[in-house]
Amino acid sequence: MSDALAARPGTDLTGKVALVTGGTRGIGLATVRALAEAGATVVLTGRDETGAKEAAASVGGTVSGQALDVTDAKAVSTLVRGVAKEHGQLDIVVANAGVMEDALLGMIREELVDRMLTTNVAGTIHTVQAAARAMMRKKTGAIVVLASIVGEHGSAGQVAYAASKAAVGNVARSASKELGRYGIRVNAVAPGVIETSMTAHLSEEILAGRVEDTSLRRLGTAEEVAKVIRFLVSDEASFVTGQILGVDGGLVL
Amino acid sequence: MAEIAGKLREVFVEALDLDADVEVENLKYREIEAWDSVGHMALVAAIEDEFDVQFDTDQVIDMSSFKVAADMIKELQSNGV
Repeated sequence: MSDALAARPGTDLTGKVALVTGGTRGIGLATVRALAEAGATVVLTGRDETGAKEAAASVGGTVSGQALDVTDAKAVSTLVRGVAKEHGQLDIVVANAGVMEDALLGMIREELVDRMLTTNVAGTIHTVQAAARAMMRKKTGAIVVLASIVGEHGSAGQVAYAASKAAVGNVARSASKELGRYGIRVNAVAPGVIETSMTAHLSEEILAGRVEDTSLRRLGTAEEVAKVIRFLVSDEASFVTGQILGVDGGLVL
Repeated sequence: MAEIAGKLREVFVEALDLDADVEVENLKYREIEAWDSVGHMALVAAIEDEFDVQFDTDQVIDMSSFKVAADMIKELQSNGV
Protein backbone atom coordinates (compact mmCIF):
# COMPACT_ATOMS: atom_id res chain seq x y z
CA MET A 1 0.00 0.00 0.00
CA SER A 2 1.40 3.39 -0.91
CA ASP A 3 2.60 5.76 1.81
CA ALA A 4 0.59 8.50 0.10
CA LEU A 5 -2.56 6.76 1.30
CA ALA A 6 -1.47 5.89 4.84
CA ALA A 7 -4.51 6.31 7.08
CA ARG A 8 -4.54 8.66 10.05
CA PRO A 9 -5.84 7.16 13.31
CA GLY A 10 -9.00 9.27 13.15
CA THR A 11 -9.98 7.81 9.81
CA ASP A 12 -9.98 4.21 10.97
CA LEU A 13 -12.67 2.36 9.02
CA THR A 14 -12.16 -1.08 10.52
CA GLY A 15 -15.41 -3.04 10.47
CA LYS A 16 -17.02 -0.76 7.86
CA VAL A 17 -18.33 -2.02 4.54
CA ALA A 18 -17.91 0.27 1.54
CA LEU A 19 -19.06 0.31 -2.07
CA VAL A 20 -17.22 2.35 -4.70
CA THR A 21 -18.76 2.58 -8.18
CA GLY A 22 -16.39 3.16 -11.08
CA GLY A 23 -13.63 1.78 -8.89
CA THR A 24 -11.39 0.25 -11.52
CA ARG A 25 -9.14 3.24 -12.22
CA GLY A 26 -8.29 6.84 -11.44
CA ILE A 27 -9.97 8.49 -8.47
CA GLY A 28 -12.24 5.47 -7.98
CA LEU A 29 -9.40 2.99 -7.65
CA ALA A 30 -7.41 5.36 -5.44
CA THR A 31 -10.49 5.66 -3.21
CA VAL A 32 -10.79 1.88 -3.00
CA ARG A 33 -7.13 1.74 -1.90
CA ALA A 34 -7.62 4.53 0.63
CA LEU A 35 -10.67 2.91 2.21
CA ALA A 36 -9.04 -0.52 2.30
CA GLU A 37 -5.90 0.99 3.83
CA ALA A 38 -8.10 2.38 6.62
CA GLY A 39 -9.50 -1.09 7.31
CA ALA A 40 -12.77 -1.13 5.37
CA THR A 41 -14.11 -4.08 3.43
CA VAL A 42 -14.59 -2.67 -0.06
CA VAL A 43 -16.68 -3.76 -3.03
CA LEU A 44 -15.71 -1.94 -6.21
CA THR A 45 -17.66 -1.93 -9.44
CA GLY A 46 -16.70 -1.47 -13.06
CA ARG A 47 -18.46 -1.80 -16.36
CA ASP A 48 -17.07 -5.27 -17.02
CA GLU A 49 -16.57 -8.09 -14.56
CA THR A 50 -13.02 -8.97 -15.59
CA GLY A 51 -11.81 -5.40 -15.17
CA ALA A 52 -13.53 -5.11 -11.81
CA LYS A 53 -12.03 -8.33 -10.50
CA GLU A 54 -8.57 -7.40 -11.77
CA ALA A 55 -8.76 -3.99 -10.12
CA ALA A 56 -9.86 -5.60 -6.85
CA ALA A 57 -7.03 -8.13 -7.03
CA SER A 58 -4.53 -5.30 -7.62
CA VAL A 59 -5.47 -3.84 -4.23
CA GLY A 60 -5.81 -7.16 -2.43
CA GLY A 61 -7.03 -7.56 1.14
CA THR A 62 -10.78 -7.50 1.65
CA VAL A 63 -11.53 -5.91 -1.71
CA SER A 64 -13.79 -7.56 -4.27
CA GLY A 65 -15.01 -6.51 -7.70
CA GLN A 66 -18.33 -6.77 -9.49
CA ALA A 67 -19.72 -5.62 -12.83
CA LEU A 68 -22.27 -2.81 -12.75
CA ASP A 69 -23.84 -0.45 -15.23
CA VAL A 70 -24.93 2.48 -13.05
CA THR A 71 -27.44 3.61 -15.69
CA ASP A 72 -29.46 0.45 -14.99
CA ALA A 73 -31.50 1.36 -11.91
CA LYS A 74 -32.63 -2.19 -11.24
CA ALA A 75 -29.07 -3.52 -11.50
CA VAL A 76 -27.86 -0.84 -9.08
CA SER A 77 -30.60 -1.68 -6.60
CA THR A 78 -29.89 -5.41 -6.84
CA LEU A 79 -26.14 -4.98 -6.39
CA VAL A 80 -26.42 -2.59 -3.44
CA ARG A 81 -28.93 -4.83 -1.72
CA GLY A 82 -26.72 -7.85 -2.40
CA VAL A 83 -23.65 -6.19 -0.87
CA ALA A 84 -25.61 -5.18 2.22
CA LYS A 85 -27.03 -8.66 2.57
CA GLU A 86 -23.74 -10.49 2.03
CA HIS A 87 -21.83 -8.34 4.51
CA GLY A 88 -24.70 -7.69 6.89
CA GLN A 89 -24.34 -3.92 6.52
CA LEU A 90 -23.42 -1.11 4.16
CA ASP A 91 -21.78 1.90 5.79
CA ILE A 92 -20.10 3.81 2.97
CA VAL A 93 -21.01 4.42 -0.66
CA VAL A 94 -18.88 6.44 -3.06
CA ALA A 95 -20.82 7.17 -6.26
CA ASN A 96 -17.82 7.75 -8.46
CA ALA A 97 -18.81 6.21 -11.81
CA GLY A 98 -18.91 8.87 -14.48
CA VAL A 99 -17.85 9.87 -17.96
CA MET A 100 -16.31 13.03 -19.40
CA GLU A 101 -16.48 14.15 -23.02
CA ASP A 102 -15.65 17.60 -24.33
CA ALA A 103 -17.41 19.44 -27.13
CA LEU A 104 -17.82 23.12 -27.95
CA LEU A 105 -21.25 24.66 -28.36
CA GLY A 106 -22.52 23.97 -31.84
CA MET A 107 -20.75 20.62 -31.90
CA ILE A 108 -22.52 18.85 -29.05
CA ARG A 109 -24.32 15.81 -30.36
CA GLU A 110 -27.57 14.73 -28.75
CA GLU A 111 -25.98 11.39 -27.87
CA LEU A 112 -23.19 13.12 -25.95
CA VAL A 113 -25.72 15.01 -23.84
CA ASP A 114 -27.58 11.78 -23.19
CA ARG A 115 -24.40 9.99 -22.13
CA MET A 116 -23.38 12.76 -19.72
CA LEU A 117 -26.81 13.00 -18.12
CA THR A 118 -27.58 9.29 -18.06
CA THR A 119 -24.29 8.16 -16.55
CA ASN A 120 -23.29 11.11 -14.41
CA VAL A 121 -26.66 12.30 -13.17
CA ALA A 122 -29.08 9.38 -13.41
CA GLY A 123 -26.35 6.89 -12.43
CA THR A 124 -25.53 8.92 -9.33
CA ILE A 125 -29.18 9.27 -8.37
CA HIS A 126 -29.77 5.53 -8.78
CA THR A 127 -26.74 4.82 -6.60
CA VAL A 128 -27.67 7.30 -3.87
CA GLN A 129 -31.25 6.06 -3.81
CA ALA A 130 -30.22 2.43 -3.48
CA ALA A 131 -27.62 3.33 -0.84
CA ALA A 132 -30.18 5.25 1.18
CA ARG A 133 -32.53 2.28 1.20
CA ALA A 134 -29.74 0.02 2.41
CA MET A 135 -28.58 2.43 5.13
CA MET A 136 -31.91 3.63 6.52
CA ARG A 137 -32.61 0.73 8.82
CA LYS A 138 -29.39 1.24 10.78
CA LYS A 139 -29.87 5.00 10.76
CA THR A 140 -26.24 5.60 9.87
CA GLY A 141 -24.13 5.83 6.75
CA ALA A 142 -21.98 8.10 4.63
CA ILE A 143 -22.32 8.77 0.92
CA VAL A 144 -19.93 10.76 -1.26
CA VAL A 145 -20.66 11.70 -4.86
CA LEU A 146 -18.17 13.00 -7.41
CA ALA A 147 -18.93 16.53 -8.55
CA SER A 148 -16.31 18.72 -10.25
CA ILE A 149 -14.95 22.23 -10.11
CA VAL A 150 -16.33 22.74 -13.63
CA GLY A 151 -19.77 21.96 -12.27
CA GLU A 152 -19.38 24.84 -9.83
CA HIS A 153 -17.77 27.40 -12.18
CA GLY A 154 -18.29 26.19 -15.76
CA SER A 155 -15.66 25.44 -18.38
CA ALA A 156 -15.37 26.23 -22.08
CA GLY A 157 -15.85 23.11 -24.16
CA GLN A 158 -17.56 21.26 -21.33
CA VAL A 159 -21.13 22.54 -21.36
CA ALA A 160 -22.71 19.07 -21.11
CA TYR A 161 -20.16 17.68 -18.66
CA ALA A 162 -20.25 20.79 -16.45
CA ALA A 163 -24.06 20.74 -16.42
CA SER A 164 -24.05 17.09 -15.38
CA LYS A 165 -21.55 17.72 -12.57
CA ALA A 166 -23.51 20.73 -11.31
CA ALA A 167 -26.46 18.38 -11.06
CA VAL A 168 -24.37 15.83 -9.16
CA GLY A 169 -23.43 18.48 -6.60
CA ASN A 170 -27.09 19.20 -6.07
CA VAL A 171 -27.83 15.52 -5.65
CA ALA A 172 -25.58 15.69 -2.58
CA ARG A 173 -27.15 18.88 -1.27
CA SER A 174 -30.72 17.65 -1.71
CA ALA A 175 -30.14 14.07 -0.56
CA SER A 176 -28.44 15.35 2.59
CA LYS A 177 -31.59 17.26 3.49
CA GLU A 178 -33.77 14.15 3.09
CA LEU A 179 -31.44 11.69 4.77
CA GLY A 180 -30.05 13.70 7.67
CA ARG A 181 -32.78 12.57 10.02
CA TYR A 182 -31.71 8.99 9.37
CA GLY A 183 -28.14 9.72 10.37
CA ILE A 184 -26.99 9.39 6.76
CA ARG A 185 -24.51 12.03 5.60
CA VAL A 186 -24.20 12.95 1.93
CA ASN A 187 -21.36 15.07 0.61
CA ALA A 188 -19.63 15.74 -2.69
CA VAL A 189 -16.06 16.35 -3.66
CA ALA A 190 -15.33 18.69 -6.55
CA PRO A 191 -11.91 17.84 -7.94
CA GLY A 192 -9.91 20.30 -10.00
CA VAL A 193 -7.60 19.03 -12.73
CA ILE A 194 -6.39 15.63 -11.60
CA GLU A 195 -3.85 13.44 -13.40
CA THR A 196 -6.02 10.52 -14.50
CA SER A 197 -7.02 8.84 -17.74
CA MET A 198 -9.94 11.26 -17.93
CA THR A 199 -7.54 14.20 -18.35
CA ALA A 200 -4.91 12.34 -20.37
CA HIS A 201 -6.51 13.52 -23.62
CA LEU A 202 -5.89 17.19 -22.80
CA SER A 203 -3.02 18.81 -24.69
CA GLU A 204 0.16 19.89 -22.90
CA GLU A 205 -0.78 23.48 -23.65
CA ILE A 206 -4.18 23.16 -21.98
CA LEU A 207 -2.72 21.34 -18.98
CA ALA A 208 0.01 23.98 -18.64
CA GLY A 209 -2.70 26.63 -18.67
CA ARG A 210 -4.63 24.81 -15.94
CA VAL A 211 -1.47 24.55 -13.83
CA GLU A 212 -0.96 28.29 -14.28
CA ASP A 213 -4.52 28.87 -13.03
CA THR A 214 -3.98 26.65 -9.98
CA SER A 215 -2.66 28.30 -6.80
CA LEU A 216 -0.49 25.30 -5.97
CA ARG A 217 0.96 25.40 -9.53
CA ARG A 218 0.53 21.67 -10.22
CA LEU A 219 -2.08 19.08 -11.12
CA GLY A 220 -3.67 17.04 -8.37
CA THR A 221 -3.37 13.31 -7.93
CA ALA A 222 -6.09 10.72 -7.57
CA GLU A 223 -4.68 9.85 -4.13
CA GLU A 224 -5.18 13.45 -2.95
CA VAL A 225 -8.87 13.27 -3.89
CA ALA A 226 -9.19 9.80 -2.36
CA LYS A 227 -7.88 11.02 1.00
CA VAL A 228 -10.54 13.75 1.11
CA ILE A 229 -13.24 11.21 0.28
CA ARG A 230 -11.90 8.98 3.06
CA PHE A 231 -12.11 11.92 5.45
CA LEU A 232 -15.70 12.64 4.45
CA VAL A 233 -16.87 9.07 5.03
CA SER A 234 -15.02 8.74 8.33
CA ASP A 235 -16.13 9.75 11.81
CA GLU A 236 -13.75 12.71 11.51
CA ALA A 237 -16.48 14.30 9.38
CA SER A 238 -19.38 13.19 11.60
CA PHE A 239 -21.00 16.66 11.54
CA VAL A 240 -20.40 17.37 7.87
CA THR A 241 -23.22 16.87 5.37
CA GLY A 242 -24.61 18.58 2.28
CA GLN A 243 -21.20 20.02 1.36
CA ILE A 244 -19.39 20.24 -1.95
CA LEU A 245 -15.74 20.21 -1.01
CA GLY A 246 -13.29 21.47 -3.60
CA VAL A 247 -10.12 19.42 -4.04
CA ASP A 248 -8.59 21.65 -6.65
CA GLY A 249 -5.34 23.17 -5.40
CA GLY A 250 -6.94 26.59 -5.63
CA LEU A 251 -7.85 26.36 -9.31
CA VAL A 252 -9.67 29.44 -10.59
CA LEU A 253 -11.70 28.95 -13.78
CA MET B 1 -51.65 -14.42 4.00
CA ALA B 2 -52.20 -14.29 7.77
CA GLU B 3 -48.52 -15.03 8.32
CA ILE B 4 -47.52 -12.21 5.99
CA ALA B 5 -49.90 -9.82 7.72
CA GLY B 6 -48.55 -10.70 11.14
CA LYS B 7 -44.92 -10.20 10.19
CA LEU B 8 -45.76 -7.10 8.20
CA ARG B 9 -47.50 -5.61 11.20
CA GLU B 10 -44.29 -5.96 13.22
CA VAL B 11 -42.28 -4.38 10.43
CA PHE B 12 -44.64 -1.39 10.22
CA VAL B 13 -44.48 -0.84 13.98
CA GLU B 14 -40.69 -1.03 14.07
CA ALA B 15 -39.86 0.86 10.86
CA LEU B 16 -42.30 3.71 11.48
CA ASP B 17 -41.65 3.72 15.24
CA LEU B 18 -45.34 3.28 16.09
CA ASP B 19 -46.96 2.34 19.37
CA ALA B 20 -47.47 -1.43 19.51
CA ASP B 21 -51.26 -1.08 19.77
CA VAL B 22 -51.70 1.04 16.64
CA GLU B 23 -54.08 -0.55 14.16
CA VAL B 24 -51.75 -0.70 11.17
CA GLU B 25 -53.94 -3.00 9.05
CA ASN B 26 -56.04 -0.05 7.85
CA LEU B 27 -53.13 2.39 7.60
CA LYS B 28 -52.65 4.38 4.40
CA TYR B 29 -49.61 6.25 3.09
CA ARG B 30 -49.33 9.82 4.44
CA GLU B 31 -52.23 9.16 6.84
CA ILE B 32 -49.90 9.57 9.79
CA GLU B 33 -46.83 11.79 10.20
CA ALA B 34 -44.41 8.86 10.50
CA TRP B 35 -45.45 7.42 7.15
CA ASP B 36 -44.30 10.31 4.97
CA SER B 37 -42.13 9.96 1.87
CA VAL B 38 -38.89 9.51 3.80
CA GLY B 39 -40.49 7.17 6.35
CA HIS B 40 -41.79 5.25 3.37
CA MET B 41 -38.24 4.53 2.19
CA ALA B 42 -37.28 3.17 5.60
CA LEU B 43 -40.42 1.05 5.63
CA VAL B 44 -39.69 -0.35 2.18
CA ALA B 45 -36.11 -1.20 3.18
CA ALA B 46 -37.38 -2.96 6.31
CA ILE B 47 -39.99 -4.95 4.38
CA GLU B 48 -37.39 -6.02 1.81
CA ASP B 49 -35.09 -7.21 4.59
CA GLU B 50 -37.77 -9.05 6.55
CA PHE B 51 -39.41 -10.81 3.62
CA ASP B 52 -36.32 -11.15 1.42
CA VAL B 53 -38.03 -9.54 -1.56
CA GLN B 54 -37.09 -6.66 -3.81
CA PHE B 55 -39.53 -4.00 -4.96
CA ASP B 56 -38.96 -2.05 -8.14
CA THR B 57 -39.40 1.71 -8.11
CA ASP B 58 -42.97 1.58 -9.45
CA GLN B 59 -43.97 -0.81 -6.68
CA VAL B 60 -42.36 1.45 -4.07
CA ILE B 61 -44.37 4.37 -5.38
CA ASP B 62 -47.59 2.33 -5.58
CA MET B 63 -47.31 0.96 -2.03
CA SER B 64 -50.14 3.10 -0.73
CA SER B 65 -51.41 1.07 2.21
CA PHE B 66 -50.71 -1.85 4.51
CA LYS B 67 -53.02 -4.02 2.42
CA VAL B 68 -51.30 -3.09 -0.86
CA ALA B 69 -47.92 -3.87 0.73
CA ALA B 70 -49.16 -7.28 1.90
CA ASP B 71 -50.54 -8.08 -1.57
CA MET B 72 -47.24 -7.07 -3.20
CA ILE B 73 -45.24 -9.28 -0.84
CA LYS B 74 -47.53 -12.22 -1.56
CA GLU B 75 -47.13 -11.69 -5.31
CA LEU B 76 -43.34 -11.35 -5.14
CA GLN B 77 -43.00 -14.43 -2.96
CA SER B 78 -45.16 -16.48 -5.31
CA ASN B 79 -42.97 -15.30 -8.21
CA GLY B 80 -39.83 -16.14 -6.24
CA VAL B 81 -38.49 -12.55 -6.50
